Parts: sequence; structure tokens; C-alpha cells
Amino acid sequence: MPRKEQVYDDIPGTFVFDAERSREGFGINMFCMSLMKDENRKAFKANEAEYLKRFRLTPAQTEAILKRDYNRMLELGGNIYFTAKLGATDGHSFQHLAALMTGNTQEGYAKMMLGGGRSVEGNRSRSGKDAPSAFVAGGGAAKKSTKPKSKPKSKSKSKSAKRK
Amino acid sequence: MARIIAGVGSSHVPAIGAAIDNGKTEEPYWKRVFSGFEKSQAWMRETKPDVAIIVYNDHASAFSVEMIPTFALGCAAEFPPADEGWGPRPVPVVQGYPALASHIAQSVILDEFDLTICNKMEVDHGMTVPMNLLFGKVDKNSHWPCPVIPLAVNVVMYPPPTGHRCYMLGKAIRKAVESYPEDLRVVIFGTGGLSHQISGPRAGLINSKWDKAFLDNLTKDPQKLAKVAHVDYMREAGAEGIEMVMWLVMRGALDDKVDEVYRFYTVPASNTAVGHIILANRPRARKAAGKHRPATAKHKRAAARSRQAVVRSR
Repeated sequence: MPRKEQVYDDIPGTFVFDAERSREGFGINMFCMSLMKDENRKAFKANEAEYLKRFRLTPAQTEAILKRDYNRMLELGGNIYFTAKLGATDGHSFQHLAALMTGNTQEGYAKMMLGGGRSVEGNRSRSGKDAPSAFVAGGGAAKKSTKPKSKPKSKSKSKSAKRK
Repeated sequence: MARIIAGVGSSHVPAIGAAIDNGKTEEPYWKRVFSGFEKSQAWMRETKPDVAIIVYNDHASAFSVEMIPTFALGCAAEFPPADEGWGPRPVPVVQGYPALASHIAQSVILDEFDLTICNKMEVDHGMTVPMNLLFGKVDKNSHWPCPVIPLAVNVVMYPPPTGHRCYMLGKAIRKAVESYPEDLRVVIFGTGGLSHQISGPRAGLINSKWDKAFLDNLTKDPQKLAKVAHVDYMREAGAEGIEMVMWLVMRGALDDKVDEVYRFYTVPASNTAVGHIILANRPRARKAAGKHRPATAKHKRAAARSRQAVVRSR
């Protein structure tokens, strides 16, 4: 059965971990959770494909894990708090994973964050719902620019790291 | 009678905990974050609450995907810090307050909030990082300044409870606290947020305009804030920014009109916009206090409003 289209599927570059993905990705997340134990980390590292057989995974899920395709894992029901444990098992910082998922270099990603992060402008919607939510527009914040943005200035060049 | 005197909102970024544990708080990057909490720690030392209720979420530590309770109240006598993959954080075991916790559970369940009760639970950075930010660094072998009642909210699997549901639960918690006979001064924390996304190609999203509107409305118009839809949080504040609904439990537990004691905001702490606010209930109409401060018309109106608020929430 194909995934039911949800209103939040319109948000670009985002795989919302909803009840359906939670059901589909149970094996991925249980695998990741198992990596909290040292003996399991060692067993996984010794023979990844063999270790993965302990979990109920589809071939696509197994492939995504073996290839460390983090976006695909999310799409197939993995949750970031769980998949981050796989990254940690590989000895990577979270920033490394963020760079992988965003198609950026780790440096580029770090720079973007220091520059105030990825702007929401142009990143709200796949279908052109680019207007800010009424809550922000009418929330008293739209009248003038807010102070926080002004702090790490002159780094806006790195902000459009990747738009999807 | 126990009563809630103030609410605290605070981000709970794990890297903040790591910075404390690894002695990096003086590095310029982290100093920028920690300096924003110096006043808050002074406020907390002065306020000396008897109990803190901390609304937070677990991040694949105590709850995996095997059980996902929407609201889980910690009624245990103690809550050890969880091993999140690097060994448990070197912080003291969190002492609970089982008598008040079970009283709250009984009261809010009868008020139709069907909580899960946790009599054994470990707590992760979602709870211990805000505790450090407000109580300061506490040696592992020492103890936190007050007992804590944890309230874990599912914000990991969509859908979390709605903002409105969280807000109403806050009101039910307040009612429960106020029906507890012991004289206790309670502070309630809402944690998580502010804008951030750590998953997928859009990771790194920050929306300071949204965050400011959120903080402004939290103080002045929480009912409006409670109506914001989940999809708006996710679209505007990032997939993980939806954690912010937890702040509405805190807000719901306060008076309708509050004083904003303090606010702090900085970007970033690793992937997240750090937000922090302290909201205090206005002193109840204190007759004895009239001697020191002549009641102005403004004070009288404020006192009347806070009395009405109490009546409404019963």
C-alpha cells in the first residue's frame, strides 16, 4: 500500500516520523537502539550484514543501513534520534550526519549554523506555500527585524547550502 | 496549600550538556550560551522552589519505539541519568517527589488526562540539561537543589499532543498542585526547542522570527499560541521544532497574566536556536503586604484579575 499523502509531506527536505513510518521503520529503530550496548556494537562491526538479519528489515532498509544513506533510512521509517546512534557507532559526530543529510560538507554545514542556520525563506513548501504562517505574520514579530539574527552577521552567503 | 509560583522555558540541546560535562563552558562559542543563563541561576537561587515539575521529552533513552506514551508522569523516588551512548551524564541522580506526583496523577486522570505512570524511569539530557542551565553545574556526588517531578511528552513520533491539549494539561496540573495540602512552592519547566531541524535535507533550519513570536505570545497570548497547528510548527520551526508544544504545558499551569522576568535567545547551540524565558505569577492579593505598598488602582486590577483566573481554572 503506498504511503498516504499527508499535509506535512509538502514540507521540503523533511521526512516526518509519523505513526505510519514508525510502524514501517520499527526494525530500523530497534536495530539502532541495540547499538546502545557495546557487545552489540562489536557484533555489528564484525559483520554488518549478518548482524542486521537479527532484525525485521526489508531489503531496501538493509541496503540503506549498509550504505549509511541517512535520508533513505528516514524515508523508510527510521527516526533521527535512533539513526544518530548508528552514526555514533561509526564514530561520527552529529554534524557529520547533518552534513551527509544536507548534501553539504561538514565545514559548510557548521558555517551555515554559525551564520544563523538555514533560512526558512524558500524552504517552507514544495507547492509554493511560501507565505509565512499567519501566526508569525500577525504575531507582532513581523513589524521589524528581530535582534537574534543580527548577531552573527555577514555570513548570509553560506545560508542557501541546499534547497530542496 | 502547594502552589505554582513561576514557569521556566528552556531549550535542552544535548551539546550543552556535553559542553558542561567536558569543561567547555568558557570557550567563546559556549560562553555565549551559558552567559545567558547567569541571571536565571541567580533568580533560581533566590526563588528556592521546594519542587520542580519538568516537562521534557525522552530521546530514545527511557522509551524506545516499543512504547510511546503521549504523557508519562514520573512518580518514582528517584530518576537516574540515562546512558545515551557515552555513559550516563556525570550529574546526580534526580530525586523525585512521589507523594505530590501521585497526587497529580490521580487528580489529572480524573480530569480526563489519561497519563501513563512511570514508577521506574531513567531521564536523559531532555531533563538534565535544563536543570544544569537553571541550577548550575552540580557535582555527581552532590545533590540537585530540589526534588523533581518529570513529565515526559512524546514529541518524537508524530503526532505529539496538540498545543491546546498541552495547555489544558497545564491547567489541570495547576489545579492538582493547588489541591495538595502541603505548603510547597513549585516551579514548572517547559523544555525543548526553539526552532531546529536535525533530520533530512532541510536540517539546520532556524527561524528567529517564529521564535520571537512564540516567546511573545507565550507571555501575552498563550491561548492564541495554543491554536497553532502542528504543521505550522514543522514548516516554520523545523521538524524537531515541534518540541515547543511542551512549553504550553508550563504556560497553562500559570496565571493568565504573568510577568516576564527574563528572556534569552541565541543562535546556535549546535543545530538549535536556544530560547529561554522565566514567567512569574503575580503575587496573589496579599492583605498584609498592603502595609508596605499602598495598593494602586493598577495593583487592584491585577489582583482582581488573578483572583478571577483562579476561579476560572477551578
